[in-house]
Amino acid sequence: MAEPAAIAAEGLSKRFGRTTAARSVGFELRSGELLGVLGPSGCGKTTLLRLLAGFERPDEGLVRVAGRTVVGPGVWLPPERRRVGMVAQDFALFPHLTVGQNVAFGLSGRGASMPSITSWAWTRRMRRAPLPPRAAEMLELVGLAEFAERYPHELSGGEAQRVALARALAPGPATVLLDEPFSNLDQNLRASLRLQLRGILRAAHTAAVFVTHDREEALSLSDRIAVMRAGEIQQIGSAVELYQRPLNRFVATFVGNANVLPGTRSANKSEAGAETALGLLAVEGSGADLPEGAALDILLRPEQLSLRPPQGGGPRGRVTASEYYGHDQLVRLAIEHGPTLEARVSGSRRWRPDEQVSLQVTQPALAFPAGM
Amino acid sequence: MSLSSVPLSRPPRSLVQLVQEALGRIPIVWLLALAVGAAACIPLVYLVVRAAAADGAAWSDALSGDTLRLLLNTIALAAAVTGASGLIALPCAWLTERTDLPGARWWRVITVAPLAVPSYVAGLAVIAALGPNGSLQRLLAPLGVDALPELYGFGGAFLVLTLFSYPYMLLVLRAGLRDLDPALEEASRSLGRSGWETFRRVTLPQLRVPLAAGALLVALYVVSDFGAVSMLRFDTFTRAIYVRFGTTFDRSSLAVLSLVLVALAALVLAVESSQRRRGERYHRLGAGAARTPRIAQLGRRRWTALGFLGALAAVALALPLGVLLHWLARGLSQGESFSGLGGAALRSVEASALAGGVAVAAALPIAIVVVRRPGWLAGLVDRASYVGYALPGVVVAFAMIFFSLRVAPGLYQTLVILVFTYAVLFLPQAVGALRAALVRVPPSLEEASRSLGRGPGGTLLSVTLPLIVPGLVSGFALVFLTTMKELPATLLLAPTGFDTLATRVWTDQEDVYLARAAAAGLLLVFCASAPMALLFGRIRLLRG
Repeated sequence: MAEPAAIAAEGLSKRFGRTTAARSVGFELRSGELLGVLGPSGCGKTTLLRLLAGFERPDEGLVRVAGRTVVGPGVWLPPERRRVGMVAQDFALFPHLTVGQNVAFGLSGRGASMPSITSWAWTRRMRRAPLPPRAAEMLELVGLAEFAERYPHELSGGEAQRVALARALAPGPATVLLDEPFSNLDQNLRASLRLQLRGILRAAHTAAVFVTHDREEALSLSDRIAVMRAGEIQQIGSAVELYQRPLNRFVATFVGNANVLPGTRSANKSEAGAETALGLLAVEGSGADLPEGAALDILLRPEQLSLRPPQGGGPRGRVTASEYYGHDQLVRLAIEHGPTLEARVSGSRRWRPDEQVSLQVTQPALAFPAGM
Repeated sequence: MSLSSVPLSRPPRSLVQLVQEALGRIPIVWLLALAVGAAACIPLVYLVVRAAAADGAAWSDALSGDTLRLLLNTIALAAAVTGASGLIALPCAWLTERTDLPGARWWRVITVAPLAVPSYVAGLAVIAALGPNGSLQRLLAPLGVDALPELYGFGGAFLVLTLFSYPYMLLVLRAGLRDLDPALEEASRSLGRSGWETFRRVTLPQLRVPLAAGALLVALYVVSDFGAVSMLRFDTFTRAIYVRFGTTFDRSSLAVLSLVLVALAALVLAVESSQRRRGERYHRLGAGAARTPRIAQLGRRRWTALGFLGALAAVALALPLGVLLHWLARGLSQGESFSGLGGAALRSVEASALAGGVAVAAALPIAIVVVRRPGWLAGLVDRASYVGYALPGVVVAFAMIFFSLRVAPGLYQTLVILVFTYAVLFLPQAVGALRAALVRVPPSLEEASRSLGRGPGGTLLSVTLPLIVPGLVSGFALVFLTTMKELPATLLLAPTGFDTLATRVWTDQEDVYLARAAAAGLLLVFCASAPMALLFGRIRLLRG
């Protein structure tokens, strides 16, 4: 029998008054898999995490953790019994405990020094009590073995994040949830911290769900990405799938820059095509299945456009602006009867404003029914 | 938890079972909070039941023109004292927390020290010092001054109550100033605003919540004060009710009169809550290190500041203590007997410590519900916890006498009912301290604990309570202090022979044993300062 999904949701819905924070959300995650939930702020990403962790009750739907239903019709397990770890946006390290005590907090053998209100006054003397082996192991995993006796306020943002992760992983949860893991961190550190985080999660072999509104973060970190909008998952897939075969215009424009051109479905030939301001273009995607004459939105990634000095027939444009980066450049183009386009082309030759160019579309364009 | 959500297919159950089931689904914190809220409402419910049973004559008697005069007197006094307390407390808070004031640490203690002086002791001291034939007039007599401005009435009551209740506001404001994020003030300065403009446009608006909370405490304190207004012969509700309680057995008309006072307190609460809704609550998250706020350089203005604080200390501390010591010295030189004082002190401490513990324990579920599960029900419980505090001690005591005789005669004239009454009277002080502490604990910490496998109880013990220890300590200390000083409820409810320092001051003074009253008063002031030391010691320990 196949191993049950580390975490799975089916038909999860949650409304707050008139706002729908989650509508029929469903997905499955294997152990070791990393799912990024990407969406604009207010789309319900954080609510989804809170539903999974048990801090909100869904109106409908169920959640299973390692094959066990933790919430569903007639079932409700509180957060502490779900085996779901959580790394809060502010990391939520207990300020009255040392790093080691924080990491040991969720371990069931409480013989380890775990001050409560009764021993509060002696906390400082107790910081030298031995660390449970599992806590030491987790600190080792996140590379902070030396930090066990520090207090949270003595940590940098990146260190605090790793401690929070070690703490969440220590009890051996089936899944870890991370809420905007990089939003509280310095921009310059994010790239290297992303790599570290990914390595730690891989080593722990735990499924993880993290939410973000930063597409670069989602694309670079996740095995799969769920794009959310207004409480609904629009599409789940790998970064390549989302980028190359988005299911709708929202996903297409949210995961990457795109030029949107109006077009009309042309008569069927050997391959699907559309009439646009750039002439007849080969298209694929849901718009390609529409009958002749249907109105389409044609999406062109900036790197799908190539430019040449004007020659022969075919579509023409005029450069209005360009940003040169060396390895490539962004060129803005005005075309007749169409919107301004953006092209990302190689840096071998710099295009200057007011130059005339010939445009060519390199791969089939994405077409969606107009207005969707 | 509506009953309609129970599926119809299950076998029918008795009403008792349904109620048990419904109760079982309510989190225990709600059960406790609702129980405490209900307990705090006992005196009010008693009053309403009494007043409802009153006949027309009792109503017309209680609502005569005399009542209107009492009402205006009480409102005027409360407003004046609250305003003046703000004018004293705000500069004190700022000077001691945010400036390079010389000896700021000591001034922090000195400026709240008047809290330890009960209003009736202060009233007596002020009369002896500033009243007709008082020390001041004797000093001035050789200069041809034969009459000082009238002390009795509004002026005297205003003076005494302001000098001895502004520390309530000061404590709240100081905590508020400490919690402000210095980054906001720095942002304002970097946007080109001067120090004063920053204070006015950034700091002060953020202090709106503590200002309103402090004002509420002071206003309610004035409305229910009995000692100072009695001593200074200013006719407010409490004095009138006490006098009538002694002379009439018509409990219904007393209840009606008390209800007017309750309406007044409700008005104060409404103003406070509208203020609080305007000021947003906020959490400062633990991610950034706590920053030390900007310290203003006073420069030459420090002499003005020291003069202001020095004058305050002279009038609010040195004067009453000096007068009391003077009497004590005279008593000692005349061979007065001071036997039984030690026992009274022990009983005061015992009752006050019990009251502090009970009040903090009872306040915890209410504070949790108010901070973590806000909504109409939490608001209701919060308001309910203020009910006992808003009622004058005389009225609460008289309601509790009736209640205990009716419900549990065995408890009448026991320490249990006395401590219970204290807790009902001073619950909001504990709730306020705990609430302020809880607001500063980000909910994400408790959620982290839950997701790490601790249940609600374990989370409370190992995360929430350790983080709100300062709030627990200051809540306990506040209730302890107030209970030590409480007079009317102690007079009416203490078991026979259970005389405390407060009742000793009162009875010795009535019998004109002024030296003994002074000794009891001084001892009372000393005992009431001990928790203050605890409060400050703890805060320093936490910071260091």
